[in-house]
Amino acid sequence: MINYYFQRSARAVLTIWVVITATFGMIRLLPGGPLAQLEAKLLRQGVPAGQVDAMLQTYQNVHPDKPIEVQYIDYVVALIQGDLGTSISRNKPVMTIIADALPWTIFVMVTATFLIFAIAIVWGALMAYREGGAFDLLSSGASIVLSSVPFYVLGIALIIVFGYQLELLPTGYRSTSGIDPESGLLVFILDALDHAYLPILSMVLAGVGLQALAMRGNAIQVLGADYVRVARLRGLSDRRVAVRYVARNAILPMYTGFLTLIGFNLGGSVILEEVFNYNGIGYYMFLGLDNRDYPLMMGIFLIITTALVISVYIADLTYGLIDPRITTGESNETY
Amino acid sequence: MKPTETDGGERPSIVATATGEEETFSFEYDDDAVELTHRERARELFDELIYKPAIVASKDRRTVIGGLLFFGYLLMGTVGVLVYPAPTSNQVDRSIAPFTTVDAPLGSTAVGEDVLSMIIHATPEMLQMIFAGGIFATGIATLIGTVAGYKGGRIDRAITSFSDAAMSIPGLPLIMVLAVVFRPSNPLVIGVLLTINYWAGLGRSIRSQVLTLREEPYVEASRTMGVNTFRILRKDIIPNLMPFILVNFANAARYVVFTSVGLYYLGILPKSVENWGLQLDEAYKNAGALVADGNLYLLVFPMIAIMGIALSLILLAQGLDRVFNPRVRTRLAGKSESNADDAEEQRSTELIH
Repeated sequence: MINYYFQRSARAVLTIWVVITATFGMIRLLPGGPLAQLEAKLLRQGVPAGQVDAMLQTYQNVHPDKPIEVQYIDYVVALIQGDLGTSISRNKPVMTIIADALPWTIFVMVTATFLIFAIAIVWGALMAYREGGAFDLLSSGASIVLSSVPFYVLGIALIIVFGYQLELLPTGYRSTSGIDPESGLLVFILDALDHAYLPILSMVLAGVGLQALAMRGNAIQVLGADYVRVARLRGLSDRRVAVRYVARNAILPMYTGFLTLIGFNLGGSVILEEVFNYNGIGYYMFLGLDNRDYPLMMGIFLIITTALVISVYIADLTYGLIDPRITTGESNETY
Repeated sequence: MKPTETDGGERPSIVATATGEEETFSFEYDDDAVELTHRERARELFDELIYKPAIVASKDRRTVIGGLLFFGYLLMGTVGVLVYPAPTSNQVDRSIAPFTTVDAPLGSTAVGEDVLSMIIHATPEMLQMIFAGGIFATGIATLIGTVAGYKGGRIDRAITSFSDAAMSIPGLPLIMVLAVVFRPSNPLVIGVLLTINYWAGLGRSIRSQVLTLREEPYVEASRTMGVNTFRILRKDIIPNLMPFILVNFANAARYVVFTSVGLYYLGILPKSVENWGLQLDEAYKNAGALVADGNLYLLVFPMIAIMGIALSLILLAQGLDRVFNPRVRTRLAGKSESNADDAEEQRSTELIH
C-alpha cells in the first residue's frame, strides 16, 4: 500500500518535471517573436546592447551566454520559487496575472464539471431503468445529438440567442466593469453569476451527453449483475437496491473520470474563455499565444498541467478509499 | 467428404522430430484438405467480415444514419470539390440571403464568397486531418497498449508510466503551444499534432483489454509453442481488439474535428486552407451586426457542417460497438446457438472526452 502511494507520487513529480523540461526546450525553439522585435526597437532607440540583453533576460528567464545546464537549473529553481517570468504584453509578473485569473476559471470549470456528473448520473440511471422504452430512446438520441456539438459552438449559439437576441444575459466578460467586491458582496456575486451562466451552460450541455451514456452503460451492466438479483430476492426495497447496490457500483467507474475531466476542461478554457471574453487563465493563455507572449503562454501551460497532474494524483490516491477492491501493485507475470 | 480423407485431412498429423533439445512441432494438413478449408474459410471470412456486420449494421439505425452521413461528407470532400467551384471573393453578389439563388444556395458573405462553396472546400482537409489523427492515435495506442499489456513486468511499468505522464499533460494547451512553435500547414501533420497525446488514454484501455485476452487458452497455446511475441500480438491479440480499436478510431476522429475547428477558430493554425472554424471566426467577429442584419446564416451553416460530421462519427462509434458484439451478431444473423436472449453484453464504456 505504501509502495502504491510512493509510486503515484513519484509519477506525479516525474510528469511535472517532464513538462518543465519540455517548456524549457520549447522556449529555446521558438521563433524570435516579440523579443526579437523588442530588441530591435530598443537598439534603435539607442539603448546600449548590454542593457537590452539584461532586460530581455529578466523577461524570459533565458540567459543565452550561460552554459545550458546552468540555464536549466536556474529555470527550474525559478519555477519552484513560483517565478514564471514577466509577461511581455501585460508588463506584469505572470504569477500575478494567474493569481487574478485562476479563481474565475476554476469556479466556472469545477461548477460545470460537477453539474455534468450530477446530471449525467441521474439521467443515465433513469435511462438504464427504463431501458428500451420511449424515454430511453429519446434520451439516448438527445445525448448523442448534444455531444455532437462542440462546447464553443454551443457557446456562440447561446451568446447569440441569450445575449444578442433576447438580451437576457451579458455577452461576455467575467463581471460588469465597475462592480467589484467593494460595491457590495451580494451585488458582486450576482453579477459574477450572471456572467458565468452561459459559459457553464455551454460546457454542461455539450459535455453531459456522453457522460450520461456512459452512466447508462454502467448501470445496465450492474442491473444485470447477480448481486442485484439476490438483493431483490432478499426483499430489499427498490429504493435501497437502487441507491445502495446499483448507483454505488455504477458511479464507481466514473469517479476517476470526474477528476480528470476537471483538468481536461481547464485546458478547454482556452477556447471557451476566448469565445466569452471571460478573463480567466484560458483567456490569458490565448492572449499569450496571440501576442507571442511566451512567458505568459508557457506559465499558464505549466499551471494547467500542474492542475491536471494533481487531479489525476488525487483520483489515484482516493480511488482506493471509495473502492476497497482496488488491487494495489498489479503483480503480472512477465512473458 | 470421404471418411478416409477426413481421417487423413481433418486431423492434424503431428510431426514431432526430437533433435537433441530442439523440438520441431507443427500441424500439417493434406493438400486436398487445405483446398477444402480454403473455400470454407473464404465463406466463413465473408460471413464474418461482410455478411454478419452488414446485417447487424442495417438493423441498427445509428450505424445506418451515421454511415450515410459520413459517406455524404466523403462525397463532398472528393467529388464535391471537383464539381463545385472554389470560393473566391466577388464570385457572386455580396451578402445574398440563403435559399434565394442557385448561384449561392446557402447565401454569400460580405465579400461575395459563396457560403456553400466554402463549406464544401473545407471538407478534404478536414477528412485528411481525421484520418491522419485517427490512424496515428489508434496506431500508437494499439502498439503501446498491446506490448505493455502482453509483456507485463518492467516493460509494462515503463510504458505505463510514460503514457500516464503523457495523459496528464492537458491536450488542448499542449497542441496550441506546439502549433505556435512548429506552425504546421500540412493537414496530415496537423492531424497527427492534434492527437499528440490522445493515444495515451486509449493505450491504457487497450492495455487493460489485453490483460484479460492474454490469459485466453489460445494465446497460451501459441506461447507454449514458442511463437514469438510480435506474431502473437499480430495474430492472436490485435484481431480480437479490432472492434474496440475501430470504435475508438471514430472517437479520435471526432476529437480531431472539435479540436481542429477550435484551433482554426482561435486563429492558432495558419489560415492557408478553408476551414469551418475560420468561417465561424469571420462570422462571430461581428456578432452584434449579424443579429441586427439577420445574417445569422453565416454562423449557422458552418455550425451545421461541424455538427453533421461529429454526429456521423458518434453514431458510427455507438453503432459499431454493437456490430462487433458477438452475441448481437449471432442473434441478428439468425445463427443463434446458445441462449442469445441473454442481456446484451455492454462493452465497458470508457470515458470519452
